[in-house]
Amino acid sequence: MASNILIVIIVTSIATYLSRFLGVLSSEKIKETSKIFRWFNCLAYSTLAALIARIVIFPSGTLNEVDYLIRFIVIVISIFIFYFTKKNLVYPTLLSGIILSLLSSYL
Amino acid sequence: MIDPNYFFKGFKSIKGVGSPAIALGASFIAIGALLKNLGFSIQESIFSTFLTYALPGSLVMAESMLIGASLINIFIAVWLVNARLYPMTVSLMPLLMHENQPRWKYYLSCHFIAVSSWLIMKDNYEKIEKENRIDFWIGIGTATWLVAIISTIVGYVASDLLNKDMLIGLAIVNPIYFMCMMLGAMKTTQISWSVILGTILGPLFYFLSPEWCILFGGFVAGTIAFLYGERNGE
Repeated sequence: MASNILIVIIVTSIATYLSRFLGVLSSEKIKETSKIFRWFNCLAYSTLAALIARIVIFPSGTLNEVDYLIRFIVIVISIFIFYFTKKNLVYPTLLSGIILSLLSSYL
Repeated sequence: MIDPNYFFKGFKSIKGVGSPAIALGASFIAIGALLKNLGFSIQESIFSTFLTYALPGSLVMAESMLIGASLINIFIAVWLVNARLYPMTVSLMPLLMHENQPRWKYYLSCHFIAVSSWLIMKDNYEKIEKENRIDFWIGIGTATWLVAIISTIVGYVASDLLNKDMLIGLAIVNPIYFMCMMLGAMKTTQISWSVILGTILGPLFYFLSPEWCILFGGFVAGTIAFLYGERNGE
């Protein structure tokens, strides 16, 4: 089992590094002022947004056990805290975890 | 080699109001606990974060192991979920490349590309001269990577103390951090539309294909945002 785990870890890391490596390779030929750079910039932000939305709306792990409404409430409160604290990132992240833990244990 | 001034300037990014330490820490604590429950030793858990350092990939690895997936299936599943790292790398590295810097720095430090480090670098690169950006980036990457490794150890050791409600709380912290950072990054038409359309199309494409929804949704959303921005003279 131990050697299996090691192989799985190595396979996972190669699958992850591959995209990073190919990204650097492609970057050698791309100028930051080019259109293709701006396109990839858009793709990076939109893919990240899609990933985050997927994690929150269709979570696969423990978040799946929390009701949609509770998740929605925590997101709205966190966005409010983010803007209320002049875009401080520590307060909304810290409080989101505490609020969700409390809501999921008492509701 | 690496300029310590810029390295430590980047390293200090884990402090302050924009700190990713809590979000990263929370999610890798959860990963540490998850890996322990999967039967990993502490060394294997550390090795996993050390080598992979991409949260969704580690989660997919854990899920695939639970259902007894083959190595090739694990490879494809992880590659799919982490393929977003390709556009992230292409939209970051040209900003850091400089003729006076050796190539190995780029190929080695691309390992640090993950959502939090990437968003911090994108937010700060203009403040650093181009020649020194790669050392600044290596500082950011080393700091966030170390937080992830240390948190994995904490999560592994403390896994018995974490109940279900605490794990649920830990699971929301990272997406909330990413979401707030993305809101803060919406400074141009193209980025704003990329974020808004990605948020809508990603989950929408889930109904067509749960595996491909992030890439398909992201690709369509980003391309529309790019074309819209170009047409409106951005």
